Amino acid sequence: MANPAREALIDPLFNNNPIAFQVLGICSALAVTTKMDTAVVMSIAVIAVLTASNFFVSLIRNQIPTNIRIIVQLTIIASLVIVTDQVLKAYVFEISKQLSVFVGLIITNCIIMGRAEAFAMQNPPVVSIVDGIGNGLGYALILLLTAAIREIFGSGNFFGIPVLPLASEGGWYIPNGLLVLSPGAFFIIGFFIWILRTWKPDQVEAE
Amino acid sequence: MFESYLDIAIKAIFIENMALAFFLGMCSFIAVSRKVETAIGLGSAVIFVLTVTVPINNLVYAYLLKPGALAWLSPSLAEQDLTFLGFLTYIGTIAAIVQIVEMVLDRFFPALYTALGVFLPLIAVNCAILGASLFMVERNYNLGESLVYGFGSGTGWALAIVALAGIRERLRYNHIPAGLRGLGITFLLTGLMAMGFMAFAGIQL
Repeated sequence: MANPAREALIDPLFNNNPIAFQVLGICSALAVTTKMDTAVVMSIAVIAVLTASNFFVSLIRNQIPTNIRIIVQLTIIASLVIVTDQVLKAYVFEISKQLSVFVGLIITNCIIMGRAEAFAMQNPPVVSIVDGIGNGLGYALILLLTAAIREIFGSGNFFGIPVLPLASEGGWYIPNGLLVLSPGAFFIIGFFIWILRTWKPDQVEAE
Repeated sequence: MFESYLDIAIKAIFIENMALAFFLGMCSFIAVSRKVETAIGLGSAVIFVLTVTVPINNLVYAYLLKPGALAWLSPSLAEQDLTFLGFLTYIGTIAAIVQIVEMVLDRFFPALYTALGVFLPLIAVNCAILGASLFMVERNYNLGESLVYGFGSGTGWALAIVALAGIRERLRYNHIPAGLRGLGITFLLTGLMAMGFMAFAGIQL
C-alpha cells in the first residue's frame, strides 16, 4: 500500500509531469502565470478540484456505465469547479477577477479529465486521492516556476513586492517586457521541457 | 452596426487569437498539429462547433441564467439569478450539441462526417470551445455579436493550427537537439508565432 501511493505522489513531479510529459492542461498553465499570486491561487484550485474529482470518480467507478462515463465525469468536475469558483469569489475576489474565465476552464483542463479517465476509473479511492495530489503538485510545480520567472524578470516583482529595482523608478533593472506577454510563456515552457528532457533522456521523443 | 460586427470578427481572428493570445485549446493544438491535413480537419470542426455553440449558449444565458432572465416564465421568478450554474450548463450544452452535430452529419452529410468525425468528440472538451462561451458572457455580447464572435474566434484558431502544422511538416527534415524534439520545439515555434501575431495588436479599428 505504502509503495504505490508513494509512487503515485512522486512520479508525476518529474518523471511523468502532466505538463512537460503528458502534455495536459497547458492552456491555463500559460495564461495565469504572469504573476505569482494568480499562479498560486490557480494551483491550489486545480489541486483541490483534481483531488476531489479523482476521489468521487473512483468512489462510484463501479456504478458508472462505460458508455456515458464522460458525461458523468464532466458533471462531477463541473460541479466541483462551480464550488471552487464560488469560494474564490467569496474570499479572494480581486484575484478571481484577474483569473477571469480560467477558473471555469478548469473543467476542460485535460489533466482533470485525463486523470479521472486514466487513473481514478481503475483504482480505489485512497490511491486516487494521492494520484490527484501528485499530479496537481506536478502541475503546480511548472506553474509556479513559470510564474516566478515571468514576474521577477518581466516586471521586477515577486508576489507584488519589488525585488529587482526597476530602471524607471531609479533602480538598475530594465524589465524584459516580452516575458509578460504571451510569447514569453511559450518560450519558458519550451525551455523547461528542454531542460527536463536533457536531465531525463528517456523522455526524449524519437526523431 | 455592420462595422461593429466586422470589428468583433477581426479582433477575434487576429488581435485576440484564441490559441496564440489566450492559450486556449492548447492540448489539441499541440497534439494534432503534426500534419496539415488533420490540422485542417480539426480547424474546420472547431469553426463549425464554435459558430453553433456560442450563439446557443448566448440564448441559454439570456433566457435562463441571467439575473431576472426567468421573468418570461412567470413574474415571480423575476428575481432569480442562476448565473452560478453557468459552467455546468455551458459544458452540458456544448456536449449535447457536439453529439447532435455528429449525428446530423452522420445521417445527412456523410462526406463531411468522415472528414470531421474523429475530431468532434475531441472537441467537446477543447477549452477553446468553453472559453469562447465564457468570454461571450463576460463581454456581454448579444445574439448577433456572439454568432460573429464564435465564427471569428474559430477561424483564428483554425488559422493558427494550420500554420503551425505547416511549419512542423517542414521541420521533419531538420536535426533538432534531442531534448527539444517534439514537444519542446513546438512550444518555441508557437512562441515565435505568437510574437508574429502580436504585430496585429497595434491595429486600431
